[in-house]
Amino acid sequence: MSAAAHRKSTGLIVLSTGFVLLWLILAAFPFLWTLWGSFKVQGDFFSRADWMNAIRGPLTLEETGARFTGQGYWGAWIESGFWRNVLSTAIIVSATVVISLTLGTLGGYALARSGYRYAFWLLMIALIFRAMPHITLVSGYLLPFFEWNLWGHLPTTIIVLVAINQPFTLWMLHSFFLNIPKDLDESAMVDGCTRFQSFRLVIMPVMWPGVITTGLFSFLLAYNDFAVTAMLLSQENQTMVPRIASFLGSTQQEGNVMFAVAAVVSATAPLFVLILFFQRQIVSGLTAGAVKG
Amino acid sequence: MPHRTFFWFILPSLTAMFLFIALPIVSVVIQSLHVEHEQVLEVVETCGPFGCNEETRVDSEATRALREAEPLGRFNGLGTYVSRAHLATDELAAAWAESDSLAEFGSQVMNLPFYKALAFTLAYTFIVTPLVLVLGLAIALGVNGLPQRLRGVTIFFSLLPMIVTPLIGSLVLFWMIDADGIIGATLQLLFDDPELSLKASPTLTWLTLFVYGVWHSAPFAFIVFYAGLQTVPEETLEAAMIDGASRWERVRYVVIPHLMPLVVFITLIQLMDNFRVFEPIVGFQAQASATSLSYIIYSDLRGDTQQFGSAAATSVLTILGVAILLTPVLIRTWRDFNRKRA
Repeated sequence: MSAAAHRKSTGLIVLSTGFVLLWLILAAFPFLWTLWGSFKVQGDFFSRADWMNAIRGPLTLEETGARFTGQGYWGAWIESGFWRNVLSTAIIVSATVVISLTLGTLGGYALARSGYRYAFWLLMIALIFRAMPHITLVSGYLLPFFEWNLWGHLPTTIIVLVAINQPFTLWMLHSFFLNIPKDLDESAMVDGCTRFQSFRLVIMPVMWPGVITTGLFSFLLAYNDFAVTAMLLSQENQTMVPRIASFLGSTQQEGNVMFAVAAVVSATAPLFVLILFFQRQIVSGLTAGAVKG
Repeated sequence: MPHRTFFWFILPSLTAMFLFIALPIVSVVIQSLHVEHEQVLEVVETCGPFGCNEETRVDSEATRALREAEPLGRFNGLGTYVSRAHLATDELAAAWAESDSLAEFGSQVMNLPFYKALAFTLAYTFIVTPLVLVLGLAIALGVNGLPQRLRGVTIFFSLLPMIVTPLIGSLVLFWMIDADGIIGATLQLLFDDPELSLKASPTLTWLTLFVYGVWHSAPFAFIVFYAGLQTVPEETLEAAMIDGASRWERVRYVVIPHLMPLVVFITLIQLMDNFRVFEPIVGFQAQASATSLSYIIYSDLRGDTQQFGSAAATSVLTILGVAILLTPVLIRTWRDFNRKRA
């Protein structure tokens, strides 16, 4: 096809580029602004007088003697013990991802290789479970957990997150496994492998891209969860997100808002890095379900 | 794959889902039929120099013992469902009988907590979802026209609002729309109204939450549409062009029909996700003007006295809502499945 036919009018190019640019500003500016503001004092970041204060930082200079200050971070991480929440987030998220993937690859493989009607029904049930708002399940956990003294422990929350994660993990891995030709594991079985051996030795090595992508989404689900972690964890082993929400309860006190701002930036930073390194996987994961409809 | 092998492979994840999704749903249903024990009252006679007084007070010891003996509470049947905090059948009937106009009836219904939350949840679901589709498609078409080098950067920044924790994303915006924040202050300047606050009226709060919802979900639609645009058949576009289709006609008659399956997919995911809107309400501290079904469950479980029965009843009603929302999809999938097998 000739290039001429593809050429667009200048007006259209300007319009669509301008639109994309506007969207980019909408998407990125709030984060950059908060990142910048987290190094200021409250009087500057929330400035009644003039928003330029947040950029120039006259009060920050006056109060701390420098244009940027790490006070918010110090206050959040050390004084308020945010590092403890970071630690429990790390434990919960890594355990959830590992367990989810182990269970999910087994189940997803079985669903992809079984043509029976019940495999379809299981997928449908998984879809319904996926649609369930998490908080409706949480109200079902609380009373039994209180009764059996399971409430407030990290392992309980991990198992709950794994279970809530399963429907999605199964769907995603199942569609990745469908892309791997059946002949591969069947030929391994002809060569004398058991089903499990052919799964482990032949299929898993070629499945890594799918596993990594699914792992990313399990990570995001566990990392971003508020409904489950806020209700099932006790004060001392709370994860970052509910902790940030509880920071807000004490906003009246001068300086505490900046603790929350610093904590928010700290919790966003890993996600930023994640997108930086795994953009391709995230995009392929988002579209994996879509391609087959 | 033989049944037995299938069973062993699927067993671990099936167990997890059964124990922590299916059983809790049963537990929720049972809890919703029960209600907390009332406090045990005792009459105490206190005698002083001026005669004796009978006084009724709460016997906290006996109350605690009773609650420990029967943690579920006493059986209440469907009582919780029809109570004022939920379906409020009596209040509805009274409002219907008393009010002269539909508008008056509507405003009375909106005072009931469950209907208020339901109204916001439905409004959020059915306003945000189409806007997400339109905005996502517009961005996808825009990015598709960009030179290759710029696309990666655009996708990178576009992913941010979606990937970030909803609570954190809403907080980031919340601080900006604060009267002292950059957007809030700018709006006051623009409208020349120092009292203007996006948190002041229910309408503005709803609007803010809708904007947040679109901002949060548009990237998802964008990415999916963008991937779909890469697969639009070039020949059909050329044929349309030879037939004299304008740029808009090509989008309307070739690109959009090609993307239709993706529209269905995004709509499905968005309906499910928007129906459980919850974190933004916490993040924007909007509970005074806007509550959702998920939020009232949360606040029932949150308070000093946790109201399990009430939370469970709302949960069951929410699950029913999800089921109604999903039925058309399930029927469609079922038909597709049967067609493929036939």
